[in-house]
Amino acid sequence: MKDFFRVAWLVVRKDLMVEARSLEVVSTTLFFALTVVLVFAFGLVREGTPVGDVSAAILWIATAFSGTLALGRTFERERQADTLRALMLAPADRPAIYAGKLAGMLLLMALVEMVLVPLVGLLFQAPILGHPVHLAALLLAGTTGFAAVGTLFAAMLVRARSRDVMLPILLYPITVPVMIAGVRGTAALFQGTPDEALARFWIALLVFFDVVFVTLALWTFEPVMTE
Amino acid sequence: MRFCRALFLAALLTAAPAALVAQPQPSADEFVPMEEAPPEEQIPAINLVAAAYGFVWIVVVGYVWSLGRRLQKAESEIAALEQRRR
Amino acid sequence: MTKLNQIELALAGAMLAVAPWIIDAAPYEATMGLVQKIFYFHMPAAWLFLLAAIIAGTASAMFLFGKKRDMDGWALAAAELAVVFGIITLVTGPLWARKAWGIWWVWDARLTSSLILWMIFVAYLLLRRYGGPGADKLGAGMALFGLANVPFIFVSVNVWRTLHPQTSVVPTLPVQMGGPLWFCITAFFLLFLALLGMRARLERQRVRIEDLYLAEDEA
Repeated sequence: MKDFFRVAWLVVRKDLMVEARSLEVVSTTLFFALTVVLVFAFGLVREGTPVGDVSAAILWIATAFSGTLALGRTFERERQADTLRALMLAPADRPAIYAGKLAGMLLLMALVEMVLVPLVGLLFQAPILGHPVHLAALLLAGTTGFAAVGTLFAAMLVRARSRDVMLPILLYPITVPVMIAGVRGTAALFQGTPDEALARFWIALLVFFDVVFVTLALWTFEPVMTE
Repeated sequence: MRFCRALFLAALLTAAPAALVAQPQPSADEFVPMEEAPPEEQIPAINLVAAAYGFVWIVVVGYVWSLGRRLQKAESEIAALEQRRR
Repeated sequence: MTKLNQIELALAGAMLAVAPWIIDAAPYEATMGLVQKIFYFHMPAAWLFLLAAIIAGTASAMFLFGKKRDMDGWALAAAELAVVFGIITLVTGPLWARKAWGIWWVWDARLTSSLILWMIFVAYLLLRRYGGPGADKLGAGMALFGLANVPFIFVSVNVWRTLHPQTSVVPTLPVQMGGPLWFCITAFFLLFLALLGMRARLERQRVRIEDLYLAEDEA
């Protein structure tokens, strides 16, 4: 068990060090998230005010889009240098490697969300500070679910053809529950009279989703990554 | 395989009456479901039922046909490969 | 094609051919009217859609964890049938809805869940077709995740929808389990068995062709 966390930590540290040197994924993903929000603003803001309760949807769609981009870029880098194969050949627990990759992805997406949330609050007048704990829990649970499935699929796609288009095609249908729960939960917090009980229900659903899919992914990572 | 194709040709031919068979239904039945929609937006139920059955038949026959073709192609490829090996 | 598949296919074809007469003779559903008769094809297709999804997910799990190579063929066959029966379900549903509720598409929990599940299996087939090397294992993961996702999709779509009550009538399925319905279910089930057997056989032949090419290269 101690070994598991050590390997996972080593993988996270390796990814962070690689990223810190170039900042490629962080900077491109952040800028992409910004452009997504702007594109939505042009589509959904009429006469200076947003149409309906769109801010929650924009927040989550921007997160999902930039998360997909980050997943693709991270694993593309691994593929070009053939480092994922080296990692697989290392005498380390496969699930631990997956856990490390997932943790790295979560850190990256958390960074993006820290920029996205204030941006959405600013541009769409969303009350992001109304229920900070609930909002943080929703984002954490939702991002974990999204990244748990995404990391597994992106890792598996490293060897596949047409992987750029395959990642969103596979990932979005599977993460529909995450999107619904995230958007509806956030919208419940952003609406005129916030509905905390509803938000808690969606957080519970997301946590349940996370438990099931992280377990499944840890379990499937070993057989699917064996050539 | 040929037997199959003949069978499905026959099935396809019987599919046409399938759409027609509901036709002699008393026309009064068409008024049974009343909706809030304006009358010009109403589509006679018989058209919808016929479209649904037609669609089922098209999909099933199309799929069986494509499956049969793929099976035949694979079978002939296996035969050719085994011929060459001998 | 095996003898069994031939018999199943012949029986299913004959039964489906006479089905319109049997459905025509079935008791008339008073509130829905004639359009209710779509139900006799819609419901069996929906059941088999779900059954195909369950088979695909289970076979994928057996392929991944049990290392059974031929299970992959069954998973692919079931996934293809899920897409075929899924499209029948998704097209006949709105045709009925048009008459019953006056609109083509309602964001009804059942309909939406079916659409998402259908999309998962279309994605699976796209992956198998264009994914290249390793697509079989990745596909198995996808099918497994898709199956595990069904309860989450249903719960989330259900709550999402009930929170936004629409003006349209709340969808209710007329439950009238008559003989004609069971007749149609049997016909569809036989068709399903025949198609599943044929499709899995095609996959076994593909594997065989690959092996033959490999043997040729070695020789």
